[in-house]
Order: sequence, then structure tokens, then C-alpha cells
Amino acid sequence: MLAAKRRLGLVFFPAFDWAISPSHPEREERLLYTQDQIFEEGILDIENIKSYNPLVASKKDVERVHFCVPDVEERVTQSHLISAGGAIKAAQAVMGKEVDKAFALVRPPGHHAQRVVYGDRGFCIINVEAIMLENLRATYGPLQAAIVDTDCHHGDGTQDIYWNDPNTLYISFHQDGRTLYPGTGFLDEFGGPGALGYNINIPLPPGTGDEGILYVLDNLVLPILDEYKADLLINSAGQDNHYTDPLTNMNFTARGYAELNHRLSPDIAVLEGGYSIEGALPYVNLGIILAMAGLDYSQVREPDYDEKKLRQSPKITEYIKKLCENIYDRWRQREQIAREMLKGKDYVIRQRRVYYDTDGIMEYQTQRFKVCKKCSGVNTIESNSDRGMPIFAVTIPSDACPSCVDEGHKAFKNADVQKYFKIYLQDRPNDRYSARHLTY
Amino acid sequence: MIVGLDMGGTHVDAVLIHQGEIIEATKRPTDRSNMLQSILDTLESLLSGQDPSRIERINLSTTISTNAIVENKTDPVGMIIQCGPGLEKDFLRCGRENIFISGYIDHRGREVSSIDIAEIEETARVFKDRNISALAVVGKFSVRNNAHELKIKEMLENEFFPITLGHSLSGKLNFPRRVFTAYYNSAVYNIFYKFCESIHQAMQRQNIKAPVHVLKADGGTMSMKAGQQFPVYTILSGPAASVMGGQAFLKTSQDAVFLDIGGTTTDISFLADGVPLLEPLGIKIAGYPTLVRALYSVSIGVGGDSKVTVEGERLVVGPERLGRPKALGGMCPTPTDAMIVLGLMNIGDKRKALSAMKEIGEQLELSPEAAAEKVLDEMADMIKGKVDELLRDINSQPVYTVRELLYGKKIKPRFIQAIGGPAKALSPILAKKFSIPCRYPELFEAANAVGAALARTTSEITMYVDTAQRTLSVPEMGLHETISSAYSFEESRKRALALVREQSRLLGAREDEIEAEIVEESSFNMVRGFYTSGKNIRIRAQTKPGLIYQLWSDEDVGS
Repeated sequence: MLAAKRRLGLVFFPAFDWAISPSHPEREERLLYTQDQIFEEGILDIENIKSYNPLVASKKDVERVHFCVPDVEERVTQSHLISAGGAIKAAQAVMGKEVDKAFALVRPPGHHAQRVVYGDRGFCIINVEAIMLENLRATYGPLQAAIVDTDCHHGDGTQDIYWNDPNTLYISFHQDGRTLYPGTGFLDEFGGPGALGYNINIPLPPGTGDEGILYVLDNLVLPILDEYKADLLINSAGQDNHYTDPLTNMNFTARGYAELNHRLSPDIAVLEGGYSIEGALPYVNLGIILAMAGLDYSQVREPDYDEKKLRQSPKITEYIKKLCENIYDRWRQREQIAREMLKGKDYVIRQRRVYYDTDGIMEYQTQRFKVCKKCSGVNTIESNSDRGMPIFAVTIPSDACPSCVDEGHKAFKNADVQKYFKIYLQDRPNDRYSARHLTY
Repeated sequence: MIVGLDMGGTHVDAVLIHQGEIIEATKRPTDRSNMLQSILDTLESLLSGQDPSRIERINLSTTISTNAIVENKTDPVGMIIQCGPGLEKDFLRCGRENIFISGYIDHRGREVSSIDIAEIEETARVFKDRNISALAVVGKFSVRNNAHELKIKEMLENEFFPITLGHSLSGKLNFPRRVFTAYYNSAVYNIFYKFCESIHQAMQRQNIKAPVHVLKADGGTMSMKAGQQFPVYTILSGPAASVMGGQAFLKTSQDAVFLDIGGTTTDISFLADGVPLLEPLGIKIAGYPTLVRALYSVSIGVGGDSKVTVEGERLVVGPERLGRPKALGGMCPTPTDAMIVLGLMNIGDKRKALSAMKEIGEQLELSPEAAAEKVLDEMADMIKGKVDELLRDINSQPVYTVRELLYGKKIKPRFIQAIGGPAKALSPILAKKFSIPCRYPELFEAANAVGAALARTTSEITMYVDTAQRTLSVPEMGLHETISSAYSFEESRKRALALVREQSRLLGAREDEIEAEIVEESSFNMVRGFYTSGKNIRIRAQTKPGLIYQLWSDEDVGS
């Protein structure tokens, strides 16, 4: 029987009994044909490929990352906890050295879920990768991690969660936000005052194909990762850059995805979006599994693959080259950029509107980051939604200095309970999560 | 009267059962150089003095196919494999000659590219040049559309025989297993066919007109005629006979561990809610995973005649066996000697058993009795360790729905059922180790033959309905038909149950023994754009495995 060169852990959980709604892209059928392909190829019989069932993530796992309004129980279903738990299980297999790499093929996805959760946006409620990563840090101690998000949509949720964390490098390549949901992910979204430069967006023009994406990988992403030296490399493996995806306009192929995964060589991959459930997902997922296991993926091909049709225009190639140079320059000058931006500032204020497209909710928030020389800085979020329920949330980061710890506790204690529906405290150094509110 | 016969590597066991009682039992050594004769001799001895017209049926469990594989006496097979895109293909080379052809069917059974006629003709020439007659034709996703496999057979059937088509063996999705299963079916086809013909002629000579069935690895039977088409299913039917036999002495609806403790090995299997547990996909044959439906059974190298030694300060039982126990004239201390010393077994020369345990005891600074206890304790520990490991594995089988993950069945054995020579002696020790009762039937020697005798005909079908394409297929039955786009889940379920009954009859079942059930079912709305384009329905139905009847009503265990 076939043996994989690398030990691969596979959490395949298609959640065949869960959907956002019967005809929603995120429905029961989504991974049906992927399962057919995995079964028919006999993937689970391959020596060194080990399959795992998901865990169910805990309330605390969620609270480490999110402020759920009104609370975790109300916002998060069992299906979401299982999706996050699937990612945790995959990561545990890697950390426990049972396998060399792991792939969590789980749904629903998570990369649009931000720190505050009023509802579902971009089919996401909780951020699967972030919950996984923070669970690992709580279990195994500090980890320098890099997340490379290859979903076609900008991972605005992951960006928000790691905005101010210098120990998590977030790189997203996606279709340009001027042409696609969620409309963010530009070069100037560069990170908070504690982590300026560690949030890297690579907005690609519609029509980008294998050539362009692999160019970005080789000439921008890999050099940055080389310099960053992460302990753990995570791939948010969205699959909607595929040329058959109904929601996007890119020209990436299954073999391109496999090649990308091979060159990137992440420790853990987690499925995100991807809604070409017949034309892409079976082949892309197969390609990623084979690449991660160190098996030959050169025979993976979509039924309607046509190399000529998918060739990238020279104009796009030229544009991407310039874009990469530009972004790489900014990365190299990140310290200088930070000095200029933060000069004379004690706090950095970030005002934003967050639209929950799946649930039709509009949120208005003000994030306030302390500029601190000793740590990444205590920060707060004041937020309200068009459905009401205003909140105030305080985050004391894991690396907080004594004065930021002190300031965080004071902010939590002094917040006016009359003014807010709920006041939250994320006490990361102590791994404690609490809330105050009037009795209602 | 029903005849059950199980041919193992060392013995042929046969029983004659009438109205729930064993009225005759025979045991004879297996002559490996003439297996057919061993069977015929055993039958003759069993049936001498009986009226052949009173025999209702004969069930045989044989190692003919298994032995042919082990001894490399199978036919060379020409493999025609249609891979399509996906995994690299070299690991699929299992035949004498392996030709990979073009053409490709996708996951919904749509033809993506057609077969190349010239390529098939060229393939035929290659096989002819190499004097290959037996073929197997297997395509990726052929269970979703068998047209390519059928077309190739049609082109080649005048010049080659047998030709096994992958889709006909199982409807389950697993292309590599389909390739290996089809290979084995063609490889043992002739040898099993000839065996069946000989049995048939022998029955005629003795004027026995009763139908002859052969046992399958899933613990059920099929008619000899069906067996001639699908000999691969008879591979490894031996362990299945034992498990079914163990069940004949047991009535339960609980989870249980089933142990067949032999001389060299202990076979471990499980009951889930009283029903023998099956392998999820199929057994491995000579290292190759297949789709041969089989009872779950794992062997460990520890038995009554295992070699007992002391290595350093550690007692080691098995995995080898070096002949018989010392008490029976062997060279080496064994657990059987330990049982004799402790008075748990009354055979052989007790003084020799004592000297065996003395030999072990001296190295461990223990009395012979204490050494004997330690040997049995170690043996029970090894069995317990393996059972726990297997249960962990079984209880973490992948699941694919939220409901299964949160509320799915986990096997938690409530008791142990042990058969085999050392079962009675080990029973109290096992009960203590597992902290659950350990039962052993008083009369278990011919359990394997009893299992063969009482096994029911089993069958399984896999139905795939795609209302958008208006197709319904059941690969095991070669069924691929057009249906209305309004075909419902309920209609599909009814049809599946009717078809599995029909399939059982085709495999030789008597009407009154068919208990059809649906074991897996799902129905997905296929949405394309913003509209539902159809339903994708998958159903697996089977006839419930089990016995024609329980042998004699022991007490009902905790139902």
C-alpha cells in the first residue's frame, strides 16, 4: 500500500447535518463531493495518514479570542464549537508530535469573525484558527506564529484579532477589496501600535492565476517568513481563488493550490471558504492533502482544466510584480514607519464600521490601543450595533507590562455599568475572562 | 438436518444439527495436499448412516482461496485500470500485467472522457502474448457509472475468462481497494470454481440434493453458485465461522468482547448491541486492503500453547508456539501447563506440567504454583491490553455529522464471551482483569462448525440516486437506470429494501430468513445557483447478519 513521506493528521468533518440555510453556500452539501473524492482515492488507507475526530471547543476557548454579545451560549452553536475543536484537534496532533503536519477540513469557516461578535459575517461566527492558536498558547506556552491566509476574501476577522500582536504575523492574499467582500485588506492596514508591520495584505487583481499567486509566494511571502522565523506556520486554506468559484473572479487551479501548499509547507492547514463544491473543492482538497503528506500531486487535475484559458495576462503579471516590490519595501521599513506613525502618541484610536452581511447587522466600534514601550499595550473596544446592546471590552495582552495590567483592570472596574449592556475583561496573562452587567 | 463444516489449517470440523441440537460432530486432520479429499472424508464420516434426503442444507467454510493466495498458487491476472486524475497510480500494480487506460468518470457518474477502443484492443494483445486469461477491469468512480467497465468486458469476453468488474464487488467508494478486490477475485476464480465443481459432483455421487452454501468473511453465507462468481468473499471465512459459532451459544442485545482462545493465537472480535461488529470497509488480504465485507477480528500471538520464557526478570508469553505443551509431550513450558498445574484443566501428564512451571518459577524465584498464576495473569494482561487498544480505535472511527459526534454509539462491553480450549480455565482471570463477567459455553469445541451451519445468507447493496441527472444505481446488482426527477427519499428507501431482498434471494437466501434493514441513509439537496436542482440520495441496505436460530437457549444475557 501507498505510504506517505510525512505523517499527516486529517480532521475531516463535513458536518452533513448543519447549514446556515437550505440554499446557502454554507450548507450540508458543501463537502459531500470532497468526501466522495477522499473516499474514492482511498486517502484514509494510506500509511502515515491518520484521521482524527474533532473535539468540541470550550466556552473558554472562545472567550480567549472573542467578546460574544450577549454571550457565547447565545451566539455560538455546537457546530461552530466542533469546527474550532476540529482545528484544535489537528493542532494538538502536530504539537504532540503524533504527526508532522495536520489539515483540518472543517466547516463552518471562521476568518471573518472579529474580536467582537454580534452575529454571523461572511458565514463566520467564531474564528477557528485564532481559537486554535490561542488554545495552543494556553497549553504549550508562548509561540511565535505566522498565519498565511490563502482564501480569496480578505481575512478581516483574523486581521482584527491579531492586529496588535507582534507574536502573530498575519499575511493575507486575496482578491482586491475594491472588487470583493469584505472590501478591506489594503496595504495601509499594517497593524496596531504594538505590532506595526506584522499585518500584511496582498490585494490581487481579479484574474490572477497560478503564475501570479506562486510569484507572490516565492517573491514576497516566503522571504518575509524566512525573516520572521515562526515556531508554527498556519495556512488558512480557503479555496475560493479557484477558477470555478461562483463568488469570486480568480483563476487559481487545484494543482496551483497543491504547489502553493508544498512550497509554503505549513504545519497546520485549516479549511476556510471555497464554494465551488463540485468543480474545485474535491480536487483542491485532494491536492492539499497530497502535498502535505509529501505525496505526488502532479496527477491532480479538474475535469474541465484548460491551461490556455487559465493563462494569466501579462498586464496582471506586471502589476503583481510591482505590488510585491512595494509591499516588501514596506515590510523592510516597518520599524521606521512605526516610529513616524507613533511619534508623540500615547494612544492610537481606530474607528470602524463592521457589517455582518449574513445577519444584516451594522456595528460601530472604537478601538483604543495604548502605545507602550514595554509591551504590546492594553487596549479597549467600545462598540454598539444597530440592534442595540452597546458594550465595552478590555484586553490585557499576554505580554502586558505591570502598568498596562493595572490600567486594564482599572478600565474594566471604572466602566459605567449604566451605559453599557455588558462590560468585558480579557485577562490574557491569567487566562481569565469576566464580564459585568446590570441584572436583567 | 443442517450440515456445517469448517476447514481450518489443522482440522476439519463438521456438525450435523437437527432441531436445535447437535446430533453428530466430527473432527479430522486437514490434509493440506488434498483439501477437497479432507472435506469429503469428513462429510462421509459425519453422514454415515444418515438419510441423505433429510439434509436441508450444507454450509461450508473453506480455506481454499486463502491457501491458494498464501501458497502462491493463484492464476496470473491482467489488470485493466482506469485511473483518471488523482493519486499517482504505481501502487495499484497488483496483477501480472497492469495496463492503465484513458477515459474517466467523475464523482457523480458523468463521463468526462471516453475509453479509447484502440487502447483496449492493444491491451488484449499484450495479455494474449503473455498467456494471461483472467482479467479484472476497474475504473475510478465506476460504482457511480459502470458503463466503461461493461463496455470493456463486452469487447473482451470472447477471448478472456474470467473477467471481474470492479463495480460488481461492492458499491463502496474506494478505488484502490476496488482494484485489489477485483484482482483477488480473478486470481482465485478458477481454483475455487474447480473446488465447487468437485464438491457438486461428490454430492451427486452420495445422492445429496440439498443446496450447498459457502461461508463468507462477514459471517453470512451465499450459494455455491454465487460463490463461484465472487470467490473473493470466501477468503478468511474461518474467523467468521468461530464468531458466529460463539453467538450460537449466546443470546444478547448488549455490547460484548468475543474471544476465541486457541493454541497459537487469540482472535478478538466485538458485539455491538448483540450484533457482530464488521470491518468498516473490508479486510486486508496479504497486506492489501480490500472491500471484502468481513467481521471485525484481530489476532494476537498468545494462546494455550504459546512459548513461555523468562527474559531478564520479565515473563514473556508468545508470540511463537513451539509445538505442544510439556504436559502433552512438548519441549517448552506453555500456559496450558500452567492451567494443568493449577488444576484448571485435566489433561496430559501433570508431573511434566509441574516441571515446566518449576523451570519458570526458578528464574522468577517463585513456587511452581505462583509461576503458573503469573503466566495466566500475563496472558490475561496481554489480551486486556489489546482489547483496550482496539476499543479506543473502534470508538474513534471517523464520524461526519454533528449528531454522531455528540451522541454517536460507543462500544462499551458488558461481558466477555470466550471460546476455545483454554476459555474455561482463563475465564475467572479475564473477568477480574476486565471487571466484567466472562462467560464460556460448556460445549464449544465445534463452535466454528456450528457457526458455519447456522449462518444466514447475507447481502448488502449501495444505492445512489441523483434526481438532477435522473439516475439510480446499485453497483452490486449491475443496476443503472433512469428515474423521474421527482423520485423521493421514501421511494428510494422502499426500493433499497426491495432490492436487498432480491439480492439475498439471488445469493441463495430462503424467503423466511431475509431480514432487510437500512444501515446508512442520507439525502442532500443539490443547489446550483439559487435553485435546488435535485436530490443526491445515498442508501446502504443489508440483510441483518445473524444465525438461522440460536442453538439452545442459554440464559438471555442481560437483555
